[in-house]
Amino acid sequence: MFSLLINGQTHEVDVPADMPVLWILRDVLGMTGTKFGCGIAQCGACTVHLGGEAVRSCLLAVGTVGTQPIVTIEAVGDNAVGHKVQQAWLDKEVVQCGYCQSGQIMAATALLTQTPKPTDADIDAAMSGNICRCGTYVRIREAIHAVAASA
Amino acid sequence: MGQEMLSRRAILAGGLLAGGGLMLSLRLPTLARAADSAAAEFMPNAFVRIEPSGAITLIMPNTEVGQGIYTSAAMLIAEELEVGLDQIQVQAAPPDLSKYTDPSLGDQATGGSASIRGDWMRLRQAGAAARVMLMTAAAQRWTVDVAGCTALRGVVHHAASGRSAPYGDLATAAAALPVPTDTPLKAAADFKLIGTSAKRIDTPSKVNGTAIYGIDAKLPGMKIATLAISPVKGGKLASMDIAAAKRVPGVRDVVQVEDHAVAVIGDHMWAAKTGLDALAPVWDGGSNGKLSSKDIVAALDKASQSQGVVAKDEGNAAGAIAKAATKLDAIYELPFLSHAPMEPVNCLIHVRPDGAEVWTGTQVPVRAQNAVAKVTGLAPATIVINNLYSGGAFGRRLDIDMIEIAAGVAKQVPYPVKLVWTREEDMQHDWYRPYYYDRVSAGLDAQGKLVGWTHRVTGSSVMARWAPPGFKNGMDPDAVECAAETPYEVPATFVDYVRAEPQGMSTGWWRGVGPTHNVFVVESFIDELAAAAKQDPVAYRRTMLDRNPRALAVLNLAAEKSGWGQPLPAGQGRGITLQFAFGSYVAAVLQVEVTAEGEVLPKHAFVAIDCGQVINPDTVEAQIQGGFILGLGTALYNEITLADGRVEQSNFHDYRSLRMNEAPLVEVFQIRNQEKPGGVGETGTAAAAPALGNAIFAATGRRLRRLPFGTGQLQAS
Repeated sequence: MFSLLINGQTHEVDVPADMPVLWILRDVLGMTGTKFGCGIAQCGACTVHLGGEAVRSCLLAVGTVGTQPIVTIEAVGDNAVGHKVQQAWLDKEVVQCGYCQSGQIMAATALLTQTPKPTDADIDAAMSGNICRCGTYVRIREAIHAVAASA
Repeated sequence: MGQEMLSRRAILAGGLLAGGGLMLSLRLPTLARAADSAAAEFMPNAFVRIEPSGAITLIMPNTEVGQGIYTSAAMLIAEELEVGLDQIQVQAAPPDLSKYTDPSLGDQATGGSASIRGDWMRLRQAGAAARVMLMTAAAQRWTVDVAGCTALRGVVHHAASGRSAPYGDLATAAAALPVPTDTPLKAAADFKLIGTSAKRIDTPSKVNGTAIYGIDAKLPGMKIATLAISPVKGGKLASMDIAAAKRVPGVRDVVQVEDHAVAVIGDHMWAAKTGLDALAPVWDGGSNGKLSSKDIVAALDKASQSQGVVAKDEGNAAGAIAKAATKLDAIYELPFLSHAPMEPVNCLIHVRPDGAEVWTGTQVPVRAQNAVAKVTGLAPATIVINNLYSGGAFGRRLDIDMIEIAAGVAKQVPYPVKLVWTREEDMQHDWYRPYYYDRVSAGLDAQGKLVGWTHRVTGSSVMARWAPPGFKNGMDPDAVECAAETPYEVPATFVDYVRAEPQGMSTGWWRGVGPTHNVFVVESFIDELAAAAKQDPVAYRRTMLDRNPRALAVLNLAAEKSGWGQPLPAGQGRGITLQFAFGSYVAAVLQVEVTAEGEVLPKHAFVAIDCGQVINPDTVEAQIQGGFILGLGTALYNEITLADGRVEQSNFHDYRSLRMNEAPLVEVFQIRNQEKPGGVGETGTAAAAPALGNAIFAATGRRLRRLPFGTGQLQAS
C-alpha cells in the first residue's frame, strides 16, 4: 500500500512497488490526462511534476516517490505559471492531435517556473525530451516566449 | 463552445455506460424531453441536429486526428446555418455509408487530404437547408413572407414586425417541413466564418487533460490487456508459460488470438505488461524467418528491370532521350516507414451475446464495425462504434487490425477489455509505407532544356489491398500520383508502374501517400537536371511553367521569401521543391547547414501554398508547419528494416522523431483566392524530403538518392 499526494489530494493505492506512476494515474485512479507514448522515457508524453521537477512517469516506480508531491495536467492550471502556459497554448493555437501536449505543458511549466525568461537554448534543453509527431514545435517555442514576455 | 464541450466531457467522464454509447448517451436527455413535451428535434439531414432546448449539434463525417477537421467542418455548416462556433457542439458520425461516405474516397474514411474537398459542398448545403427550413417555420408562424426574415447567431428575425425566435423554438415546426434541395449558397464575399482563423473547438480540452482519446475510454468492470504478435509475418505461437503469467499479481486471463497473437489481461496495464513478460511467448518464424531487408530490395531491383503498366506515354520519351545531348539516369529509393502516432493503437470493446460496443479512434468507422462483425459473428447493426479523438494517425488508423484483434480477445471474455498495444508492438506490426524503388532518366538538349523524361515506379500497391476497385488493369493510381502528372511542361514523358509486393511485410497508407513518394523523386531529379544544365534550380523550373501560373506563383513566392540567390555562410545551402498535390500548389525552400562531420541541421523553411479557397488560414499554417516537420524528421532518420524476418526498430530511440532542438522555423505564405479548396494535411510532409535533399546538394555538392539521409550517408565517404 502506498500513499501518494497527487494534485493536493492523498490517494492510497495497493499496487506493486515497481509499478510506474503512469499506470497508477491512468488505470487505477482514472486520471487519463497523463499519456502513454513509449514506456521508455523517450517521448515525454507521460511528463508529470514530482516535487516541482518534470519527470517521466512511465519509468517512475511508485516505490521511489515517498512523500514528494505529484502534479499532473489535471491540476497544473491551479499553478499561476501552469495557467499562463495553458492560456498561451490556447492563444497560439499550439495543439494539433494534442496527445503529447499534456507532457509538453508540464515540461514548459517546469521550465518557466525555474527560468522565467528562457533563451532558445534553454527551451531546446528543457523541451527536447518531448516528442510531437504532429510537429508543433514552432508554436510551442512561440508560446513559451509569450509566457516569458508576459512575466 | 466551452460549455458544450464541458457537458460532453461530463458525459464521457461519468457516463460511457455499458450498452449506452457516446451517441446514445448524448441523445438520452433529448429523447426524455421529447417524450415529455411531444416536441420533435429537428434533424433535416445527416449533419445538423437542433433540439427544442436550443442545443445545436453538428455531426462530423470525418475523424479528428489532429488536422483540425472538427473546426473546419463545423465552420462550413455554421457559415450557412448562421450560428457561431460558440453555439454548437460536435459529435463524431456513427458508421453509416448511406450518410457519411466521403464523395472522393468512396468510403466513410478520413484520409488523402480529402475531407475539405468532400465537405465543401455537402456541409454548406446541409447548413443552408436547415437555415431555410427554420426561417420558413418562423415565417409561417408569424404569417409573414420568408423573404422579410433574416437569420443570425441561431435566431430568426423579422425586421418589419420586430419579432424574433431562436432556432430551438422553431425546431419542432421546422422538422415537419419538406427539406429543400436547391438552396442557394453564400457568395464568397458574404462569408463571415470561412476564411477566418477561428479558434479550434478541440483545443480547450486538449490543454487541460480532459480530452478523451480512444486510449482514455473506460467502462465499469473494464480490464486492460496488452499483446504480443508473432514478430515474423506468418509466424506462429510455439509455446508460452501461462502459469507464470497468471502468477503475476493483477493478471486475470491469458487469451490467444488464432495462432499468431496472445494477449494478457489484467487489472491495469502494468499487470498486463509484466504478465506478458512472464508469459514469454516463443514464436516459430515460418517461411519468412530468415528474411532481410537486403532480400526485399534485391527483389524490387530485379522487378524494376521489366516494363510495367503504362501510366503516361506522351511523345516519344525514349527516342528523345536517345537523341539528347546530355543523358541522365538515377535510382531513387524510399524506405518502409512506420506511422508511430503518439497515441499507440488501442481499442476498448465489450462483446455481449446480443451485440458489441467499441470505443476507439479510427479513420474508418464502417470498416471497424464490419471487422467486429466478422470476428464475432454479430450483425453489424448490433455493433456500436464510438469514434473518439485520435492521438495522431498519419494513416495508421485507416487499417482496422487493432479493432479486429481486440474483438478476437474480447469475444473470449465476459467483461469489457481495453487492448493497448505497447509502442514496440505497434512499431513492429504496422502497415508500413511501401519501399519504393524508382528508376528515372532524362535527356537534355544542348541548351539544357528537358526533352524527354521517363520514370518507372516499383513497389507495393496499397490500393490493391485497401481499395481493390481503385486498382484497375495493374495500375495503382496512388503509386504514380505526382509522377504521371507533374507541374511541368515536358515534350515527351513515359511513366510506368511495376507492382512488386514485398515478402514478409504489410503495406499501408502513410501521410502524403503517393505525393510523399513521387514529389521526392521528381523534384530531386529536376534538381539534378538543373545542375547538369548549369542553371539555377528555381530559374530552371520556371522555364517549364509557362502554362501553369498558379504553380509558378507559389514557386516565385517561396523563392522570394527565402532570399533565394543571396549568399549563405559556408556549409549552408537552400533547396527548392514544387508540387501540385491534393488539389493544392505548394513550393518550399529549406535552408540547411551540413557540418564538417556530415550532420544535417535544418535552419529555416519557407513554404508557399495556394490551396484555393481557404477555410481556416491558421489551420492551413499549422498543417504545413507540422507536416513539414514530420516529413523532415522522417527524411533524416526513419526507416523500417528487417533482419531474420523481424522489424529491427522498436521505439523512439531507434525510430527517431525530430525534436525541439532540431526543428527549424517553418514560415508559411498563403496565396488567397476563390478557386476550389484543395487539401492541405499532407502537402507539407510531401515537400520536406525533396527540399532537404536539394538543400544538402546545394550545401555540399552531394546528391543523396536514398532516404533516409541522416543515417550515415554523408559521413560515409
